[in-house]
Amino acid sequence: MTPDAHIPAGPLDEKWTTYKNNAKLVSPANKRKFDIIIVGSGLAGASAASTLAEQGYNVKCFCYQDSPRRAHSIAAQGGINAAKNYQNDGDSAYRLFYDTIKGGDFRAREANVHRLAEVSNHIIDQCVAQGVPFAREYGGLLDNRSFGGAQVSRTFYARGQTGQQLLLGAYAGLSHQIAKGAVKMYPKTEMLDLVLIDGHAKGIVVRDLTTGEISSHAGDAVLLCSGGYGNVFYLSTNARGCNVTATFRAYKRGAFFANPCFTQIHPTCIPVSGDYQSKLTLMSESLRNDGRIWAPKRKEDCGKDPSQIPDDARDYFLERKYPSYGNLAPRDISSRSAKEVCDEGRGVGPGGLGVYLDFSDAIKRLGRKTIEERYGNLFEMYQNITGENAYERPMRIYPAVHYTMGGLWVDYNLMSNIPGLHVLGEANFSDHGANRLGASALMQGLADGYFVIPYTLGNYMTSQFGKKVDPKHPAFAKTIEETKARVQKLLDIKGNRTVDSFHRELGLIMWDYCGMARSEEGLNLAIDKIQKLRTEFWKNLKILGTPDGINMELERAGRVADFLEFGELMCRDALMRNESCGGHFRTEYQTPEGEALRNDDEYAFVAAWEYQGENQLPTLNKEPLVYEKVKLATRSYK
Amino acid sequence: MKFHLKVWRQKDANAPGTLENYEADNIPADASFLEMLDIVNAGLTGKNIEPIQFDSDCREGICGSCSLTINGVPHGPGRGTTCQVYMRKFKDGDTITIEPFRAEAFPVQRDLVVNRSAFDRVIQAGGYISERCGSAPDANSVPISKVIADEAMDAAACIGCGACAAACPNGSAMLFVSAKVTHLGLLPQGKPENGRRVLGMVRQMDEEGFGNCSNYYACEAVCPASVPAAFIGRMNREFTAASVKEIVGMNV
Repeated sequence: MTPDAHIPAGPLDEKWTTYKNNAKLVSPANKRKFDIIIVGSGLAGASAASTLAEQGYNVKCFCYQDSPRRAHSIAAQGGINAAKNYQNDGDSAYRLFYDTIKGGDFRAREANVHRLAEVSNHIIDQCVAQGVPFAREYGGLLDNRSFGGAQVSRTFYARGQTGQQLLLGAYAGLSHQIAKGAVKMYPKTEMLDLVLIDGHAKGIVVRDLTTGEISSHAGDAVLLCSGGYGNVFYLSTNARGCNVTATFRAYKRGAFFANPCFTQIHPTCIPVSGDYQSKLTLMSESLRNDGRIWAPKRKEDCGKDPSQIPDDARDYFLERKYPSYGNLAPRDISSRSAKEVCDEGRGVGPGGLGVYLDFSDAIKRLGRKTIEERYGNLFEMYQNITGENAYERPMRIYPAVHYTMGGLWVDYNLMSNIPGLHVLGEANFSDHGANRLGASALMQGLADGYFVIPYTLGNYMTSQFGKKVDPKHPAFAKTIEETKARVQKLLDIKGNRTVDSFHRELGLIMWDYCGMARSEEGLNLAIDKIQKLRTEFWKNLKILGTPDGINMELERAGRVADFLEFGELMCRDALMRNESCGGHFRTEYQTPEGEALRNDDEYAFVAAWEYQGENQLPTLNKEPLVYEKVKLATRSYK
Repeated sequence: MKFHLKVWRQKDANAPGTLENYEADNIPADASFLEMLDIVNAGLTGKNIEPIQFDSDCREGICGSCSLTINGVPHGPGRGTTCQVYMRKFKDGDTITIEPFRAEAFPVQRDLVVNRSAFDRVIQAGGYISERCGSAPDANSVPISKVIADEAMDAAACIGCGACAAACPNGSAMLFVSAKVTHLGLLPQGKPENGRRVLGMVRQMDEEGFGNCSNYYACEAVCPASVPAAFIGRMNREFTAASVKEIVGMNV
């Protein structure tokens, strides 16, 4: 079947206005009657929860962390895009839209992205009104910086902690609504299943991570704002707890999973140092404003101290290959270039898996004080982790898994194919295509929560008058029993291997075969390996303790069990897509210069996968990507 | 590297706790403190001992989940969260004592896991600017001096970990509360609610069982976000001003 995206008719730049003028409204007296369940309290979840509560809905918000303020949006460093054009450098909503579509390698939905660009300016206004302390110039006005994939300065930032400040803004709004009683917050509570009644999403089953109690919550609509699935790779810049469980459980209940193979490998992370490592640390893309990326021209120089390698023996490979964007080439291209250099044997540091990010020219030009002001906390973080001083010696960086563009399929209303189930932020698929530009994740999360769902939710809610579900409906008890059985099954295996050892092994398979370069042969091999690992997991997992009370290994086991199925889906998606685009690079499909070779005739569609049951192949539904405004072009940053 | 660990084990919130001895062998110097505990936990699982339960999430020093007291110091050596402590900071063969954050308002739930929901309730008592999404004027309509914006950012950098209260002999949360009062109070958007905010937050802080400040400065010394204790003085001034207004019957 072809999923219907319900894109409003009319010219692209009028669609959202027309939509808003015709959207169905729910009166304040009726909003009070509706219970909205929100899973996740990051930028998307917290902004949606506070805004819907302001409007009068009853909101229940769930997060696995001990406080909503700790959601992983907090770790975003660099900034948030908006088409304010405060710099007078030629920016506009159209340019932000076009850069995002092009950055996504023409695999995003035009109407959604245009709406995102249109609402971007309101986000900045909203955040400033909340007290987000964005960087300012001496005149008191807001400052901007440049980010990858754009030739204008449209990124707003709060030192290297923009995500933290935006999340704390949304958290403050959420806290206000909690105090008023409009939101009931459930921290340390993890969603383990979705409850469907007559085909509609009408509740969730959760586990209280402190007491172990498994219970259900009924609602009139469910919003999943549960983030991305980057931890399928084990090592990523995601937080330890980030997982696919909420969205994958919804997939198993019938929600389409779209473009799971579109994952983002971020070019500037601290390289891996050993197999004990539990996570990778990102160095903000903003560093590429002033840092120059290079590797030695000759393999023989790789072991030398970088200060002993003269300028003419260095290969500033991004500046060489992409002169007009240089070190600010988009993430997918920058990552792949670094990998190529290392594959040629010209990498630096342990295992030859690293390239230099060098600030010596910027320090000469601007002085150390300016660099300290701009990036001080990042330099400190780098020194703490590696023991090296980046003011004196170039940083070593290597790409790492950072973000996932794929996610549950949603229409223009942000509703999945399951009526009532809405998906916001990184958890959905719609805005970033095959590659996300820097500073666009924060924009999308907040756009969805503050300015999209408050308008689009009404369309579903108005169809639900008088259809309140009974919390005693047998579907709730049945789903609770299924969830309890699954938790118990994990404890009953009583094998010999820890959860982390399975997760680490899965991560290596995904990184080797479904990472920066993919091939038919490798993906088939990966599917086979994942299936075997999954079989072993269910025979040989060892979890001690009981399901009652705090048991973090048990929490992780449930998540890894889902990753072990989801990893296979990712590989199948990558195998199906016989082209290279954005972060999805199939070695069979490349230009003679090694650039991604898209196949618009056959693959300009959203791959929306539909679950068919245990050990059954999922079916593929295609939503064709119809471009009204943009001409499909080969992406060039030269 | 090799370490002798003394780790606080406690079955649940109501059970008594005790320090247990464990050996940490073959620890790479580049491992973080939490990765060291991951390695120890894998070993314990092998010996059928339930792993040590501790909170952590981002593991890059910003989410504030870490809540360990290492050798008596919240977050341990250096300035930063526990996840940013690397084992190279210790000497081979060291004995390391690991306990949860200790403060009356942070009850232990299991092993090294504490309940810090008191902080959320303090924020709910006024740590926000009341504004409705959709009603904001253009972001550049009110210029804010860079000096003020920077100072507000210094205060807003608080990660809400609770190390300040854990380090304080009085179990005081005044550094945490003053950071939010300062962040919002300095900005023109926040000023209309300054009085209500400081009264609400300070009263909630007292209700949660946090103690008072008696100028030990232990909070400032352990704060991973380098929030200065000078903000506490600022908060006290605002609190006094708002209290006086309230006493004489003015609206706050």
